[in-house]
Order: sequence, then C-alpha cells, then structure tokens
Amino acid sequence: MNAFTNHFSFEFRTGIRNKQLLLMNYLFPLGFYLMMGFVMPEINPPFLEALVPAMVVFAILAATFLGLPDPLVNAREVGIFRSYKINGIPASSILIIPALTTVLHLTIVTVIITATAPLLFDAPLPVNWPGYVLTFIAMASACAGIATLIGVISPSTRITVLWSQLIFVPSMLLGGLMVPYSMLPDVAAKLSQLLPATQAMNALNGLAMGKVADFAPWGSVVVLFLSGVLAFGLAIYLFSWDRHNTKRRGHPLLALLVLLPYVIGMLFA
Amino acid sequence: MKDSVIKVRDFRKTYGDLVAVDGISFDVQQGEIFGLLGPNGAGKTSTLESLEGLRAPDGGSLRVAGVDPAREPRKLRNVIGVQLQSGGLPESITPDEVMKFFCAYHNVAPRFDLLERLGLNEKRKAQFVELSTGQQRRLALALAVAHNPQVLFLDEPTAGLDVASRAELHDLMRELQANGTTIILATHDMAEAEGISDRVAILLRGKIVTIGTPMEITATGAGLTKVSVRTEGSSLSDPGVTFPTVSHQVFKDEYSIYFSTDIGPTVSAIIAHIEAQEDTLIDLRVERPSLEDRFLEITRTKGTKAAGAQ
Repeated sequence: MNAFTNHFSFEFRTGIRNKQLLLMNYLFPLGFYLMMGFVMPEINPPFLEALVPAMVVFAILAATFLGLPDPLVNAREVGIFRSYKINGIPASSILIIPALTTVLHLTIVTVIITATAPLLFDAPLPVNWPGYVLTFIAMASACAGIATLIGVISPSTRITVLWSQLIFVPSMLLGGLMVPYSMLPDVAAKLSQLLPATQAMNALNGLAMGKVADFAPWGSVVVLFLSGVLAFGLAIYLFSWDRHNTKRRGHPLLALLVLLPYVIGMLFA
Repeated sequence: MKDSVIKVRDFRKTYGDLVAVDGISFDVQQGEIFGLLGPNGAGKTSTLESLEGLRAPDGGSLRVAGVDPAREPRKLRNVIGVQLQSGGLPESITPDEVMKFFCAYHNVAPRFDLLERLGLNEKRKAQFVELSTGQQRRLALALAVAHNPQVLFLDEPTAGLDVASRAELHDLMRELQANGTTIILATHDMAEAEGISDRVAILLRGKIVTIGTPMEITATGAGLTKVSVRTEGSSLSDPGVTFPTVSHQVFKDEYSIYFSTDIGPTVSAIIAHIEAQEDTLIDLRVERPSLEDRFLEITRTKGTKAAGAQ
C-alpha cells in the first residue's frame, strides 16, 4: 500500500473506532432517519415525499459539520500535526483524506437510507439516479470543505462548535429539510440560499426526485461544487501546523470567501 | 576529522520581546552523540525545533546534513528522525498502523522488528491511548529511527522508562551511533548525558555557557574530588595527619574521606603514608565532580551573574 492508501485506510477506521465520529457518521443520522420516518409522516404526510433527500442531506450535515472540525482542532492542539510535518505528511493529505473518508462513510449511510426508506416507510425513491449521485457528491464536497475550513481557522474546540452550529442549526430550520423552501417567507427564503442544505434540496428536488425545483437546480450543483473547491483551497492556504494555531499565511477572515458562490447564486437565482 | 553534520552559526530565536536563543554557534560531527543541556527556558527546545524545521530562525544559519531546515522541509524529512517529547499520535492508531503509515510517507518498508526490539510486540494491535507513557515513548523512538535517518533528535528519551527499557534504549543509541547516525539528545538527566554523550553543550538564558566532553566540562569546575580510603589499621585515624592539596577531611563508616583540589599529589601521599605506617589498604575510591555538580555550579554562578547584570 502506498502512503495515500495507508493514510486513507487508517482515517476510515478512525471514523468507526472513534465513538464521537461513529455517532456523527452513523448513529445520529440513522437514528434521526428512523425517528423521522416513523413520526413525521403521521404528523405531516407530504413529508414522506422528501424523506430520502432530506435525510441524506441531514446525514451529510451531521457527519461533516458535527464530525469533521473537532478532530482537526484536537490533532493540532496535541501536536499530531507537528509529528505529521516531521514525517513528511503534507497539509493537503491531512485535510483532504479525513474529508474523503467521511464522504465514504456518508455513501454507506446514504445507501442504507435509500435502500430501506421504501421498505420501511413506503417513501418514494429518486427517479433520476445520476442526478441523485451528482447532487450527493456536490453537497458532500461542499460541506466537507466548509467543515474542514472551520477546523483549520478555529482557535479552539469551543469556537469550532460555534461555527458549526452557525451553519447546522439554520440548515435544519431553513434548508428545506423540515419546511419546504416554497413555504418560507420571501426574505428567509432568499437568505436560505446562503446555506448548502437549501442548494442541495433544490438540486435533489429538480434533478433527482422528479419535482419542480424552486430555482435553477444546475446552478445549485455548480454553487455546491465551487464552494467545495474554494473551501478546500482556502483550508490548505490557511492551514497551520502550530499547536497554538497562531502562524498561518492569511487572516482567518479570508475563510468568508467560501460564501462567494452562494452570494453570486443568490443574486442570480 | 569527521564532517560536521550539524552547523549552527549565530542562531537567534525570539518571541516578541523575549530572546529565547541569543546568537549561538556550534557544530556536531557525524556519528557523535551530542547532549543539549540547560534549565527550563534556556533555549533548548527553540534550538531543537528550529533544527527539526518546526520553527523558523530569526537570525543566523542552520544546516542539518547540508539541508536548511526552514527552506528545504521536504529534503529534511528524510535525513532526520525526531522523537517528540509528547506522543503526537492519534489516540486510536495502533503501533502496527502508525509504523506502516509513517514508513509509507518515508517510502521505506515498515520496521516491525523495532517494535519487537523495544518491547512493544504484545501491544502492536493496541490503540495508542491504551499504551503506557513508557510504551508511547518507545513507539515514538521506533518511528523516529524506522527510516534510518542521518540525524536523530531525542527529547527526554528516557523519561518514564524503567531501568531495563532505559538500558535497551542506550544500547540502541550506541548501535545507531556505530552505524554513523548523529544523535542530538536534549535531557534533564545529567547522569544519562554524562554516560552516553560524546560532547555536551550547556545553555543558559539563550547562550551556550560551556561546550565540550563531559570529562572536559567536569574537570574545569571548582568542585573538589572526593577520595575515600579504608585501611586495616589506624594509620589514617589521627586527625593531625594531613595531605597535600586536601581542603578538608571527614571520617565516616570506617572511611577517611578527603576533599582534594588536585587528585594526583593527594593519592600519592596517602598511599605513601599507609606504606610508611606498615598499614594495609582495603579500599580506595575516587569520585570526581559529576556533570550534575558542574551543571549546578554553572547555572548558579552564571545565573547569578546574569541576574546581577540586569
């Protein structure tokens, strides 16, 4: 095995061995999916239509924003990055490999949700599978990139939680998972386009589930892909090996550039 | 004369207004074990971390096996091995995994034999967090030497190790030295530094206050050599008997103990006196001041002078 596969293999196993990561990668998304599947259609029957895309987007949000940044901050604080630097492990591998393994865990969870939802809850499946896979990849890239960027710029785990929740909570409320985009007030709907979840739900509805998208679905896919690429680029640029996270090439506020594709998307949607 | 593997010239490191290292220069030869000693805050860690490429110097030049640590990090990684003071590994990684992982990045075959040699064979599948402090340090050492580095940096390598592990580590260090590896040892353990280092440098307040072999350094101090003598008869029991270069003497547990400023004349005179009194020598022990004694002497006197100058 070469260095990449060795690193990938170890990080993948960490996602199962580490209790916090196991919770965020599997237990929380799958538990929430089962709960929503059993409860929500009873309260709100039309929710069944959105069960598969909403729970896949939820799984991505949980595994990335709640699972990815903290281990990065901890690793820097206890000197793991220093050890990696001495042994020639590049910053790009340190940042991208955990994101890739998270996407692999998410793929497994997505397969479980997609395969069981029709059997357990009689939920509809996507009608366009390439659109479903493409949107999943775009959303996973965007969220993994932004979560990695949060881990890079956060000075401590407390701040990490703050940044992560700043995206996770609004995504749950306004991202189209619980309440459809069309039912949001105009201002809230417009602002919600700054969230990856809104873009992903819009793309899934328009490109995978056979529904009418609220705004340009291909535009949403492009916004998600661009923000993912931008987030990883910024994360590598702003990365610090230092355990106190004090020395880096640019100011942490540069990270806000990651919002640029969403702002442009919002203006043109 | 062997080549200098490490060249430090006018090296300076500051943190804001604090001058951690103030223009130090020294060379380390190939195959040498070089001890870097000093109290906390003396500048050891700043010097080591700059040589390891973890910090950029603020002045002067550093070369490790011909490589500039700050400017050529990719070249540096294959010529140095570093045993960090703290473990610096993910909690869930096992010794087997990390050996494969690091060796893959160094592009060498994993050295599982080192895990066995350093007593980690039964823990190869255990997670890092489950290892004891001593086992974590031994794993860090195995990883540091797995790619056969030209220069090995050891920071407090025997802290937390039992006697047998310590002896095994010293054997390994001598073996690496015999194969041409240069070892930089930062330690607070003076006995270890004195026993294993070819040369040592003592740092104080960012400057090198003395550098040389442990013998040279201990010989230059004002410390007195202790000569303990036991005889069958009572030839030395008379307090009126004096010997040249002895500053003072005591009697304890059937031994006459003399503190000498010049060991040669003292020992010759004692033996001549015993023979002249037709007595029989049972035991004679000479204890030079240790590196620890000399270290304390230097840090006290230089520290006092520096404090007085401020």
